[in-house]
Amino acid sequence: MNLIKIAKLIFEYAKYGEDGSVVGASRAIDNVSIDIEKGSFVAVLGHNGSGKSTLAKHLNAILLPTEGTVWIGEDDTKNPDALWDIRQRAGMVFQNPDNQIIANVVEEDVAFGPENIGVPTREIWRRVDESLKAVGMTAFRKKSPNKLSGGQKQRVAIAGVMAMKPDCIILDEPTAMLDPHGREDVIRTVHELNKQENITVVLITHYMEEVIDADRIIVMDEGKVVMDGTPKQIFSKVDQLKKYRLDVPQVTELAYELKKEGIPLEDGILTIEELVNALCQ
Amino acid sequence: MLRDITIGQYYAVESPIHRLDPRVKLAGTLLYIISLFVADGIVCYLLAAVFFGFAVRLSKVPLKYMVRGLKSIVFLLLLSVSFNIFLTEGRVIFQVGFLRITVEGLIIAAFMAVRLILLILGSTLMTLTTTPNNLTDGLEKSLGFLNKVHIPVHDMAMMMSIALRFIPILIEETDKIMKAQMARGADFESGNIIKKAKAMVPLLVPLFVSAFRRASDLAMAMEARCYHGGEGRTKMKPLHYNGRDLMAYGILIVYLAVMIVLRVVLPV
Repeated sequence: MNLIKIAKLIFEYAKYGEDGSVVGASRAIDNVSIDIEKGSFVAVLGHNGSGKSTLAKHLNAILLPTEGTVWIGEDDTKNPDALWDIRQRAGMVFQNPDNQIIANVVEEDVAFGPENIGVPTREIWRRVDESLKAVGMTAFRKKSPNKLSGGQKQRVAIAGVMAMKPDCIILDEPTAMLDPHGREDVIRTVHELNKQENITVVLITHYMEEVIDADRIIVMDEGKVVMDGTPKQIFSKVDQLKKYRLDVPQVTELAYELKKEGIPLEDGILTIEELVNALCQ
Repeated sequence: MLRDITIGQYYAVESPIHRLDPRVKLAGTLLYIISLFVADGIVCYLLAAVFFGFAVRLSKVPLKYMVRGLKSIVFLLLLSVSFNIFLTEGRVIFQVGFLRITVEGLIIAAFMAVRLILLILGSTLMTLTTTPNNLTDGLEKSLGFLNKVHIPVHDMAMMMSIALRFIPILIEETDKIMKAQMARGADFESGNIIKKAKAMVPLLVPLFVSAFRRASDLAMAMEARCYHGGEGRTKMKPLHYNGRDLMAYGILIVYLAVMIVLRVVLPV
């Protein structure tokens, strides 16, 4: 079953001249159609300005299509009556951990979403307990968010979204401002939620290491979907990825270079283990 | 320097005062301030001081910690005290040139000082024992009647709590910008006040730009989490009065009543 359906989506920003008048439109998303299955883990890759963040903002109706349609479940994002329903079902985590935490205490921040959709007090407490446990932040529930590390703050933000009982979480470069350790924590948490709670995940990123465990990778460039497939399929095409100014994981790169030098290896090697096995045969 | 100010900070211990409903503490502070202006004569001030001591004792906040907060008002205190000492007419006990010290002046100055100190300490006690969140919740609920005249109480309370959340973040940011500019030769330390103020301008511009960017990000994040004002919103920690709070109200009312009676009965 498809949870997210994007059909012929076009989004244009107005361009302004020096005197403030509209002089034209720049297309951030150009005729994109994607279906995302319920329970899947989809990574969206792309260089800066490829339109991947703009795409993410369409998934919970922060931005509305210029042309085309986005459906979350049965609801069209353009339908204003379904707005709060859509935002509850498709939760969003942003890049800067400081700019998305609202409350002064961790547990109260997690409660912010459920409070907004009018969940009764007793149920809020239950959801806060569950969500904090799911992201492994229960020990910090009484702390001030200012005392947490970047990775911990992002996990609180994820808990805040989880407390709204979403079907799907969209993460817009959640690790871009984190150190490697925090990055690992966040990505592991997201994978756990995907597997254990069957939450659909859309992960927007430009770190290749984070996407090798995804079910599906979508590569965007200049507002268009240019590649779509499993990690293995995508990373087999090293030349094409380089054309879109994207890196490949280090191991894949090494395997690719070795193969170019004449060592017989299969395409799309993603982990160190795979490479070791392939080389030792 | 910023760390010395105890006014507006929270002192985390468990105490009966900490557990009181914030509305009680807000009302209590207000009543206490009123009582200080009702008070006149040594007996009244003694009562006010004893009542305050009793509250501090209950709150388990060390008095020393609170007194440190007075540092910030020392100047104001000295100013008003010296005005009262030197400019009150009455029986002269000491005179240098046009400066006279009178008995009445000394008495009024002493009362003035006690009143000011108790006023500051009294309101400090409230902020020390109430978390900022609790305080905004209390304000929102006790000013709820203003909604009827279309004053957006919820929105204002939300703004206040967000402002409180961002104070440490913006201080940290100021520090970063300052260091970045100092590394490139900016000088915030030397020169007179005007020069120093001018040096702050290049500091404020990037700070404002970043504050606006944060505000826009935060607004988007709040909308993404279904925030649409106070309508239909539930609370994780709703405020409820219980026995303790009613008792506190009782004590406050008795205190104020005694103060008024003393003022009326006792000769000044």
